[in-house]
Amino acid sequence: MSVLSTQHLTIGYRKKGTENVIQHDLNLRLESGKLVGLIGPNGSGKTTLLRTIAGLLKPIDGKILIDDKHLLLLSQHEKALNVSFVLTEKVDIANADVFDMVSFGRFPYNNWRGNLSEGDRKKVFQALQMVRMETMMHRLVSELSDGERQRVMIAKALAQDTPIILLDEPTAHLDVPNRVGIMLLLHKLAHTTGKIILLSTHELDLALQAADLIWLMSENEGIECGVPEDLVFSGSFNRVFASNSYFFNEANGNFSLNYPLNGKVSVSGNKTRLYWTLRALARAGYAAVEDAPLKIEVTDSAWILNQKKVFSVAELLDELNSLNNLNSRFPF
Amino acid sequence: MYSRNNLLFFVFSLLVIFLFLADLMWGSVAIPAKEIFSALCGDRQNSVFTEIIINFRLPKAITAILAGASLSVAGLMMQTLFRNPLADPYILGVSSGASLGTALVVMASGFLPFSFAGNGWALIISAVVGAALVLLIVLFVSFRVNDIVSLLIVGIMFGTIAAALVSIIQNFSNPDAIKLFLMWTFGSLSAVTWNYLQILFPVVLAGIGMAFFLQKRLDGLLLGENYARGLGISITQTRSLIILATGLLAGGITAFTGPIAFVGVAVPHIARGIFRTSSHKILLPACILVGAALLMICDIITQIPDYTLPVNTISALFGAPVIIWIILRRK
Repeated sequence: MSVLSTQHLTIGYRKKGTENVIQHDLNLRLESGKLVGLIGPNGSGKTTLLRTIAGLLKPIDGKILIDDKHLLLLSQHEKALNVSFVLTEKVDIANADVFDMVSFGRFPYNNWRGNLSEGDRKKVFQALQMVRMETMMHRLVSELSDGERQRVMIAKALAQDTPIILLDEPTAHLDVPNRVGIMLLLHKLAHTTGKIILLSTHELDLALQAADLIWLMSENEGIECGVPEDLVFSGSFNRVFASNSYFFNEANGNFSLNYPLNGKVSVSGNKTRLYWTLRALARAGYAAVEDAPLKIEVTDSAWILNQKKVFSVAELLDELNSLNNLNSRFPF
Repeated sequence: MYSRNNLLFFVFSLLVIFLFLADLMWGSVAIPAKEIFSALCGDRQNSVFTEIIINFRLPKAITAILAGASLSVAGLMMQTLFRNPLADPYILGVSSGASLGTALVVMASGFLPFSFAGNGWALIISAVVGAALVLLIVLFVSFRVNDIVSLLIVGIMFGTIAAALVSIIQNFSNPDAIKLFLMWTFGSLSAVTWNYLQILFPVVLAGIGMAFFLQKRLDGLLLGENYARGLGISITQTRSLIILATGLLAGGITAFTGPIAFVGVAVPHIARGIFRTSSHKILLPACILVGAALLMICDIITQIPDYTLPVNTISALFGAPVIIWIILRRK
């Protein structure tokens, strides 16, 4: 059971004597066995915070504590026993296979020659099993796909056997199945290994589903912590990601675009088909309201608009536009 | 995997021994193997052959082994330090730094009351300091220049600057010192006498010993600076030690043999290709064996014509195509 906490932490960059503060007076606290998603707009300091906790960047002020150990006062080696991380930079080592790469995680434990003991080998193999890469351990890293490579880097962090793992945008550059796969994997790892896993991401919907806690960073207001759903109810997402062209849709946990409004309709009917119809209507600039003169009924096979039956969304939109004296299906 | 490497180490060790004997046998006078063994065993029957072997060919062959091993290990460490497949003491101007250091000592000695140039220690210390200084400057430049080919050009520019400084020094030196320096720049393994070897050997041993001591950290650096830090490696300390070790190896060899081109860049690639690994635990001894073998082959080739060719020209014939191949493969 470990606890990561910060006290009056101020992060940012020092450049030629001037301090560029990105976030100040952060008082955060994390307990083990949790997957934490760090979310915020670009420039809010996600990477800076991760790099500061990782010990790659000095904080401008304040403390980072692991249990009661002061992280900044630890030696490089002691830090390596407490925090491991996966960065966005791609690692390419000629001739290195998956096992070699994960073995790097045992560096803080083995002797000056870097020889792996039987115990080290076991840890490496366990880490490979946890990310389900044990069958590929003799494959060259240079031949792996991006998703497999990310799993290997996670295994390397697991082999390092630290109470805290940090990941900077682990799902960037991955296709959708791999993104979901990595998130589910991290969720499972946090719960089964009892580690603190803190990851930054741009994938809001995935983070809301997989993370036990969200650290929501905004440029001016610091970090708001909470269970994802509580942050949805409190309207925090809309406040942090405020914009004229999109909004955080609390109905589905996604960002929705603000389309220019053409008219109002009232819609009723079958649940799934209703959801997709509403999306199409929103895109075409129709807001769904309770009692508009224009009524659409969604049935299992068709749409009924002013007594006229149509059989596809395209026809429905054409019909709506002709009623509204518009020529185009896309009013932009 | 390990048995394959052990077999390769065995084969290359045999090759090095074979080439060592061949290097002793062949030259302007071919000496039969029997005479070599009797000379090495201290038998003084044929005093001409014994003289040639003991005082000329033996130190030259030992120098070839030391130079090949040192330059290759220095090249390997630089390629890891800069994370650049083209890094090597000659290309990045480290040898030029050593030249500048040597030039200062050789030609400045004209102004000094006592003879400095003949002092092997003065020569090697100035070359090591010159080499390490250039390495340090190139390292700082490499923080700003990420492109490997750009760094190459910067290295060549450092070489040019060092050469220009050497020319300026030459302008103010007496003819004897200039002649001495020119002889040195031709690069020759035979310039190393037993007296010089007594200095060179411990310096090379220290450099290679440091490289072996650093093997795990060198592996860690392959992951890049940030990941290496995350594994508990102190970057500043490791960098300083690598620069010192490389300076000792490249500077020490350059001090006595003059610049030898391209061995440092080519051998690590050959070793990686043959031993199929990135682990310095295997690459360091592999570079020592392959480097020693390659430079002895170069030395044997220089003996083929009636007059001896500079070893630098033959090593360039081997090494320069390797660089072209690396650049082409990256596209």
